[in-house]
Amino acid sequence: MAIFLLVGFFTWSLNAAVDEDLPQVSEQTAHEMEKADLNAGEIIIGHIVDAYEWHIADYGHTHISVPLPVILYDQGEWHFFMSSKFHHGKSAYKGFEIAKEGMLKGKIVRKDADGNFVQPIDLSLTKNSLAVIIYSAIVIVIFLGVAKSYRRRERRAPKGFQSIIEPLILFIRDEVALPAIGKKHYERFLPYLFTVFFFIFFNNLLGLIPIFPFGANVTGNLAVTGVLALFTFFITTFTGNKNYYAHIFNTPGVPWWLKIPVPLMPVIELVGVFTKPFVLMVRLFANITAGHIIILGFISLIFVFGQASIYAGYGMSIISISLSIFINFLELLVAFIQAYVFTLLSAIYFGMAVEEHH
Amino acid sequence: MELVNPGLGLIFWMTLAFGTVFFILKKFAWPVIIQALKDRERHIEEALQAADRAHEEMKKLQIDNEALLKKAKEDRDQIMQEARKLRDKMLEESRIKANEEADRIVDNAKVRIENERKAAMTDIKNQIAKISIEIAEMVLREKMKSTETQKAYIDKLIEDKQLN
Repeated sequence: MAIFLLVGFFTWSLNAAVDEDLPQVSEQTAHEMEKADLNAGEIIIGHIVDAYEWHIADYGHTHISVPLPVILYDQGEWHFFMSSKFHHGKSAYKGFEIAKEGMLKGKIVRKDADGNFVQPIDLSLTKNSLAVIIYSAIVIVIFLGVAKSYRRRERRAPKGFQSIIEPLILFIRDEVALPAIGKKHYERFLPYLFTVFFFIFFNNLLGLIPIFPFGANVTGNLAVTGVLALFTFFITTFTGNKNYYAHIFNTPGVPWWLKIPVPLMPVIELVGVFTKPFVLMVRLFANITAGHIIILGFISLIFVFGQASIYAGYGMSIISISLSIFINFLELLVAFIQAYVFTLLSAIYFGMAVEEHH
Repeated sequence: MELVNPGLGLIFWMTLAFGTVFFILKKFAWPVIIQALKDRERHIEEALQAADRAHEEMKKLQIDNEALLKKAKEDRDQIMQEARKLRDKMLEESRIKANEEADRIVDNAKVRIENERKAAMTDIKNQIAKISIEIAEMVLREKMKSTETQKAYIDKLIEDKQLN
């Protein structure tokens, strides 16, 4: 529910930003702009959500995009084909089509006998899936390289890429893991914390580069942040010691009548166990998506104004570009901060899970 | 709506991709990096401690050196003092010895001079006696040249003898 409100807020604020500029232009163009504004919203959301093809640019009426493989399992049958068969969502293939509205908008659906849309099991290699694989490969290559230079330059000062990574590694180790988890257990969680930090950080950064194959809104996708949060959740759950579970089911320092006969505290604590990763998921998703929406919003403004008058578009481009440059810098900061926050909160949850009784 | 409707495919691929990243880095990257950092930190710590120790030792050495130097100076001073004393003593001794020697030489000389003088005196006395005798002889010879004188003298002598 919270997410719906959040999304509503994004689209509303975008509309509001455009609306405020309306009185400056004539009524006729205002009408045009309303149409354009609707398009801008569509375009922005289109850039942010996952897709079955990797759209690069439009030239006139030609879509330039990279088709991606579609993998479906439906009614006991596997279907493999390229997403170009949908002709950018305009046509159906083998009875499958990309839903244009409703709850399943943007997903591959099939019309069943009653005329309802049903979703097949969809393991398609979508834009974000491909991006996640490419960015993962980049992260793996970078860190194997860094590890290699550590092995080669034993006991010597870091050099090259190693010296960019090292402060971050030390930061995560000394400022995040050590204080949050404690001296006794922190080393056990370091590999996960490093992985999750650099994975999010690099995905955030690569998501900001607007050139193929970068620029996919990977960490601004609930599936991606959800999987990351689930990893944290499972690690917390499986490493939780007796004390951690005692704290959930028999919270110490709470009057007995809050536990028996109505298990109020255990229920609250148990809900807390699930809200923690949920919050991780939503925070990362919302922050990164918001950044992308703002940048795309500023860029869209140029075209919205350009539709009213070409000169307004030129004028707006100066303001829009400078503002989106500013937001881009802000996003660089957010890229780091969100990776840091995710890692810090994960570390704090692990710290709770392994905390000794005192 | 699209924004909050995660695709199953993406969840699958994301799990696979992140799992792979986690697995590979956990196996091949993080242990190496963590160990290398630990090693280097320990190495730096040890190096710093060694430097501290060396510094301490140097300080101690310096103190030792200073003590040594001070002692050497003291020794030198003492030796110098002793030498000076010895020199003074030797000077004194040699002065005394020289004085003694001089005294002895002078004494010897005195004795020799005395002896010489005595010998000379004896010699002179002998000479004088000899010359006196010769003169007396000559005088007598002159006086007793004539027989009458000889006779007179003998007579006188005889007279004297007879008187006794």
